[in-house]
Amino acid sequence: MNTKAGAWRRLLGWVDDRYPLSETWEAHLSKYYAPKNFNFWYYFGSLALVVLVLQILTGIFLTMHYKPDTGLAFASVEYIMRDVDWGWLIRYLHSTGASLFFVVVYLHMFRAFLYGSHRNPRELLWIIGVVIFIALMAEAFMGYLLPWGNMSYWGAQVIISLFDAIPVVGPGLAEWIRGDFVVADATLNRFFALHVVAVPLVLIMLVFIHIVALHKVGSNNPDGIEIKKKKDARGIPLDGIPFHPYYTVKDIVGTTVFLIVFTVIAFFIPELWGWFLEHDNFIPANILQTPQEIKPLWYFTPFYSILRATTSDMVAWGLTPLVIVMAALIIFSVKRARTRLVTSAIAALLLIGFYFIEAKVWGVVLMGLALGAFFLVPWLDRSPVKSIRYRGWMYKTALTFFTIAFIVLGYLGTKPPSGLYSLLAKIGLVIYFLFFLLMPWYTTFDKTKPVPERVTWK
Amino acid sequence: MSDEGVVDPRRRRLLIITTGLGVVGAAFAATPFVKSMMPSARAKAAGAPVEVDISRIEPGQLLTVEWRGQPVWILRRTPEMLNSLKEDVSLLVDPDSHVDSQQPKYAQNPTRSIKPEVLVLVGICTHLGCSPERRLEAGSESGLGSDWPGGFFCPCHGSKFDLAGRVFKNVPAPINLRVPPHRYVVDTRILIGVDQKGAA
Repeated sequence: MNTKAGAWRRLLGWVDDRYPLSETWEAHLSKYYAPKNFNFWYYFGSLALVVLVLQILTGIFLTMHYKPDTGLAFASVEYIMRDVDWGWLIRYLHSTGASLFFVVVYLHMFRAFLYGSHRNPRELLWIIGVVIFIALMAEAFMGYLLPWGNMSYWGAQVIISLFDAIPVVGPGLAEWIRGDFVVADATLNRFFALHVVAVPLVLIMLVFIHIVALHKVGSNNPDGIEIKKKKDARGIPLDGIPFHPYYTVKDIVGTTVFLIVFTVIAFFIPELWGWFLEHDNFIPANILQTPQEIKPLWYFTPFYSILRATTSDMVAWGLTPLVIVMAALIIFSVKRARTRLVTSAIAALLLIGFYFIEAKVWGVVLMGLALGAFFLVPWLDRSPVKSIRYRGWMYKTALTFFTIAFIVLGYLGTKPPSGLYSLLAKIGLVIYFLFFLLMPWYTTFDKTKPVPERVTWK
Repeated sequence: MSDEGVVDPRRRRLLIITTGLGVVGAAFAATPFVKSMMPSARAKAAGAPVEVDISRIEPGQLLTVEWRGQPVWILRRTPEMLNSLKEDVSLLVDPDSHVDSQQPKYAQNPTRSIKPEVLVLVGICTHLGCSPERRLEAGSESGLGSDWPGGFFCPCHGSKFDLAGRVFKNVPAPINLRVPPHRYVVDTRILIGVDQKGAA
């Protein structure tokens, strides 16, 4: 025992008497036991954290040079790109990070659908996660206005005017959001404040409680079974391994590969052929000239497609039969009189609403429901097993259709809504919602395989 | 202690009252912050309604004024012009003004106006935001063929609108030109930017 180690131990002891440093380290890292069978899909949680840190860091440095003023904003971004030392790199890291944040988060969410990570006891963990996803969308939307390019301007104009569609309070609400009658300097200035201060604070707090909730219930795993049910004499899960060093090392490998992809994009193809930085946004905002095709960035396009697909024809020939069939299905399968009554009432209200309220409003409602549906998944899923490994063909088919519909809707959202594309988007919309609406039935009737006692691990 | 676990109703009541008042106080404290996000006095002044004297406009004449940075046209239509609105219906996409966003309810009529002869329009093409040209005279002198009923022509991409701002079929613009909210202050003066009294 040398004196250096002794001095270190004394210092640590001094701190531990005043702050739970070793205790926290052990509870959340060195003695936090995670299932030993994590696979590829378990990289994306830690990667999301890495991107969040990266966005905050690059964002701080961009703030030092950016000016949130309609007369100066566009030029200040070009100034960062051309005159600030390494400014181009910091900005490209930030813009690439924004898109890759959504790539990582979408894969992270898809993992939950694969292995039932939203199921009991992780419902609250999942709900916090969906709130993070929505906060992230708000963050990205507001950040996109800041360069004050033409697509920034018109994208914000179109999305904020969606609030106009809300009956009674809509126009006042839209004015309150913009701080003006059109998207203007007041809007840019407040989006800057929200993008760099308010929403990041909320995101950091949400991520913190997401991890607190995770460490309370423990991670799910690809087998979808609870490792805490089988513990050794010391109370340690038999299938658990300490997060540190095992998963810290694994995640460092994942992060390294991810950063290779990240930097290749940031260095060589930062615009990604218009997918990460749109061509129309290299033109300053012009109040009198809309871009040829107003479209959001790729990560919003599935929801944008749902908004656009809700035409008056869609309400009449798509949504009306959908509501009738769903109501009939619920009344047929649930015997309780009150449930039947409530279902009939809601269906009747919707049908009356479809007739009297214009389609634009229903588009906004459906876009909201497309996000809101995620909150209900833990309760819609009635399967006795969590992991797709032990589910039958019904869930696998449903998830495949949903994934295809999501990607197709995303692609169509970048294209003009005409002819075949418009029809495909309507079909995609119906599949998207049927995945959620029919979930209680197909997960109940699906034939499942027996679940193993211990995690399978090679 | 002997009274452990027993709720003192007086204290409980005080607690509820204090909490309730705290919530009310918080709502009051939040009001200035919420209100600060409304359009400022400067934004309101810049977006204020514009009052226009229309007595000077002769039949067949068009006056352009600016409202919220947009050109607004005021056209006093002649009886012939009003007649053309009935005859060109078959050429139009939306002759009955079904698209609600493009006019207030009180202008959702065959002439798209409060008084039949006085048309008020935002002079911005609904395709890509160019400002269309006036081609008010009917027939071949307009340069748009002998069957032209009179109206507006957008030079950018060739969109055509009639003398009520209704869009023609088979042109790039999808919907009719917008009628801004407006009201008559007196018979000869209109206020652009506010709705008619009693209208939603």
